[in-house]
Amino acid sequence: MNHGMVLAAGAGAETQTLAFWILAVVAVAGALGMVLARRAVHCAVLLAGVMLSLAILYLLLGAPFLAFVQVIVYTGAVLMLFLFVLMIVGVSSRDAIVETIKGQWLWTGVAAIGLLVLLALTIGHAAIGPAASSGTAYSTGNLQGIARLIFTTYVFPFEVTSALLITAALGAMVLAHRERITPKPTQRELARRRLTAGQPTPLPGPGTYARHNAADMPALLPDGSPSKLSVSPVISGRGFELQPGESGAPLPEIAPGEVLPPDSDGSAPRQDEHEGAR
Amino acid sequence: MIGPGNYVALSVILFVIGGVGVLIRRNAIIIFMCVELMLNAVNLAFVAFARLHGNLDGQVIAFFVMVVAAAEVVVGLAILTSLFRSRRSASVDDANLLKY
Repeated sequence: MNHGMVLAAGAGAETQTLAFWILAVVAVAGALGMVLARRAVHCAVLLAGVMLSLAILYLLLGAPFLAFVQVIVYTGAVLMLFLFVLMIVGVSSRDAIVETIKGQWLWTGVAAIGLLVLLALTIGHAAIGPAASSGTAYSTGNLQGIARLIFTTYVFPFEVTSALLITAALGAMVLAHRERITPKPTQRELARRRLTAGQPTPLPGPGTYARHNAADMPALLPDGSPSKLSVSPVISGRGFELQPGESGAPLPEIAPGEVLPPDSDGSAPRQDEHEGAR
Repeated sequence: MIGPGNYVALSVILFVIGGVGVLIRRNAIIIFMCVELMLNAVNLAFVAFARLHGNLDGQVIAFFVMVVAAAEVVVGLAILTSLFRSRRSASVDDANLLKY
């Protein structure tokens, strides 16, 4: 006995009704939030919520195989691909909801209401009755039934699907491929470039000689000035970079040759952070 | 009692919301997500109609729709990354090279 049968057959009518209304509200709210959310990452997360609630609706409809395919393929693969591309294209790119074409929103509203009315009238006219009684296809034999259909009636579309998948994989490789227009630098050229660039050593790590060594704390040069090279441009470009005096007590004056005792930095509340930093 | 009609009505609402998103958003990735939402809505209608008729053909068609949607997303996102690489923008308003 599989999970879908337990949910579909074992749950009573009231439970199914309650589950349907909760999931319908979640799905519609998630879809509306996805259309209206400003940042693309929020859109992706809301779409994941919509897809998961649709997966549970498939379980309620007696399609456990499709429910799991929905979770694995859509929520697992497709949305992760979306997030990958979002991370490449720029997480922080905001999509300002501004009307760029005159009258676009008005006509969008007209088209949406028109489509809704059209579909509602058509479907309302169709008088969809209750679900037909079915044999084992909707209880224990769901997976076997789908497999039988795929490999008998729909075997030609199934084979065409494999061709489509191969074509899509090749197409993605061709489209995402970047042609190298300059020759690949040799090791000799790389070494020469490094020595002539003025920074032959690796860049300083963050937090060197500073009060703590988090990644957003620039290293201090021997004269006490912060080194811009030590903080990743990803952090400093977004304004998260700290200044040396910003995170703790002011730096004490240390005479040459003096060794500070461990507790003499005068910042008791930050002691735990110092411990963590070591 | 919840019948297949309720599921079809939910599918209609999700489809219209996805269509509105395609029309009003300008970030190409979000437009793609709205297209995915429309495909999901159609899948829900397929599964509901399969339940209505008591057979499994609708579920098989929904499975094929999922496969085609996965292929479409792969190619579409590859196009988007190459577009972003050449124009430094994912907005559909910036890809107007053929306009003038």
